[in-house]
Amino acid sequence: MSINIDQVSRRFGTTTALHPTTLSIGNGELVGLLGPSGSGKTTLMRIIAGLEQPSEGRVLFGERDVTRLHVRHRRVGFVFQHYALFRHMSVFENVAFGLRARPRAERPSNEEIKRRVFALLERVQLEKLASRLPAQLSGGQQQRVSLARALAVEPEVLLMDEPFGALDAKVRVELRRWLRHLHAELGFTCVFVTHDQEEALELSDRVVVMSQGRIEQVDEPTRLYRRPINRFVFEFLGETNALSGEVRNGHLALGENAGLDLPGVADGPVELLLRPHEVALATSPSAGARLPVTVSAIAPVGAEVRLELEVTWSTQPWQATLSHAEFERAGITRGTRCYALPQQLRRVDEASGALVDMPLPNQGSDRP
Amino acid sequence: MRRIGDSTPVRVTLILLAVVLSALVLLVPLVAIVFEAFARGIGPFITNLTDYFTVQAIWLTLLIAVITVPVNLVFGIFLAWLVTRFSFPGRRLLQTLIDIPFAVSPVIAGLLYLLLYGRNGWLGQWLDGHDVQLMFAWPGMLLVTIFVTCPFVARELIPLMQAQGSREEEAAVTLGANGWTLFRRVTLPNVRTALIYGVILTNARAMGEFGAVSVVSGAIRGQTLTLPLMVQQLYQDYNTVGAFVAALLLAVLAVLTLVVKALLDTYAARKHAP
Repeated sequence: MSINIDQVSRRFGTTTALHPTTLSIGNGELVGLLGPSGSGKTTLMRIIAGLEQPSEGRVLFGERDVTRLHVRHRRVGFVFQHYALFRHMSVFENVAFGLRARPRAERPSNEEIKRRVFALLERVQLEKLASRLPAQLSGGQQQRVSLARALAVEPEVLLMDEPFGALDAKVRVELRRWLRHLHAELGFTCVFVTHDQEEALELSDRVVVMSQGRIEQVDEPTRLYRRPINRFVFEFLGETNALSGEVRNGHLALGENAGLDLPGVADGPVELLLRPHEVALATSPSAGARLPVTVSAIAPVGAEVRLELEVTWSTQPWQATLSHAEFERAGITRGTRCYALPQQLRRVDEASGALVDMPLPNQGSDRP
Repeated sequence: MRRIGDSTPVRVTLILLAVVLSALVLLVPLVAIVFEAFARGIGPFITNLTDYFTVQAIWLTLLIAVITVPVNLVFGIFLAWLVTRFSFPGRRLLQTLIDIPFAVSPVIAGLLYLLLYGRNGWLGQWLDGHDVQLMFAWPGMLLVTIFVTCPFVARELIPLMQAQGSREEEAAVTLGANGWTLFRRVTLPNVRTALIYGVILTNARAMGEFGAVSVVSGAIRGQTLTLPLMVQQLYQDYNTVGAFVAALLLAVLAVLTLVVKALLDTYAARKHAP
């Protein structure tokens, strides 16, 4: 079932939680709503579910206008942030709830309920724990029960509020992969809310980035990461190195002993952004870039080594990531002094806040 | 490693203190009541127990409790639901209003009802014109009892329902539950213990209320005397045995309530056991 959100907004008293928003989600698509707290992502999802009424606008499931349709009749599966399992019911009864709550005429027989609940529990690998109470399960198991419970009513739309937020890192990664498979297999339309950019990028077909009640960008994960349209999206999607100052005659002077050639850039203030992996380190400055740094911390994380760089020419320290091989070769230790060479630069357009790719400064050696 | 405070002398002292204090404060008076009731032997005990006025007082006490408890049960659940699940202007004010019967002395409450509904009160005059007499009759006693005991259930439920939040109810609704299913299968089981406790408190107070009831009762023997009022009147008439028989009856009713609560607890625990 496709979902169309048409000029939907939501105000609480004088505060606006969601500005008029339009978004369409295709049938079978897996869409992540990503944003910091207060960005309106949860409000938007609760409006889709019908747990919240929009102040203005329409919500359509397929061609059908469901704006005024009660939650009970929308047939959406909703997975809550802290699972919201019925604490006094066994796992089995939790999953069976949606089937038992149907009007008598549509209610399946007890045997049918039992068969369907066990089929679902098998799918979430919890059939052995059917008689346990929620409090006797681990977080990951509770999450799977709540998913099975939501799927039991055979929803055409599955909504999940911070589905993996409360779980530890390893379980989170496992469950994400598992959900991706389940989605591929069952093909329901799925919208989930998260503030974790990694989760959004890994799980979604498309990511909707939100901030302060507005949609900033909607794109596929790879495109989103490579081409964020503004500063907010760029900074929200990952670690950021920033550089700012006044350009004079195509040169950005950064204090006494640092600077960057920016040929073709008009005089005036500039703000530049780049990712830690877009920083290379060298023992000497290049012809166009003289950015001295001191390595102040080294953290090997997974496949890469993260370096924190102390700088005199920016208010915030910079970050750089190297592969282990590069790190070994460079022979860097804490306190090593070297030079940062930007491998890619984006300029923040002052008027619109949009990001513009910049030509790189001369990478050649400084020596004439 | 020992936990802090977990040394033998501390433990023994605390346990002894708890036992001695409970015995002095709780057990001794109960035993004393029994002793005093049987002070002149079994004969006077039976006489007093089967006395017409005593039997009438038992019935009146039970009648008031039997009506008060369901009324305040429904009212309390309704109030708690309203205050914890909806936000509306005046919600805080309502929460404060719930506490008024606790804050006001029961005697004052009784007096207020007397002034309002008595023959000279402005509601009472109208009622009198329609031949309805509330004061100095059992309906008035019921009214003040309901007033005095109305916060118990709500007060037990509100903090719990606030702590639990409405997520489970929202989950139930997304799964297609209607209002009644939601209440019966999700809300009610979650607050069961607090609800039972609220009912116990309401019941105990309804049967034991003295101050408010005594103001509006008029103390007509055989008609408007509940057991607590009876105790006082018999004692003032120097019928000590009679007074203690009535007191013993009250104590037995209280213990019975506790037994019922324990039974309900075990029943519910067994039903929901995994």
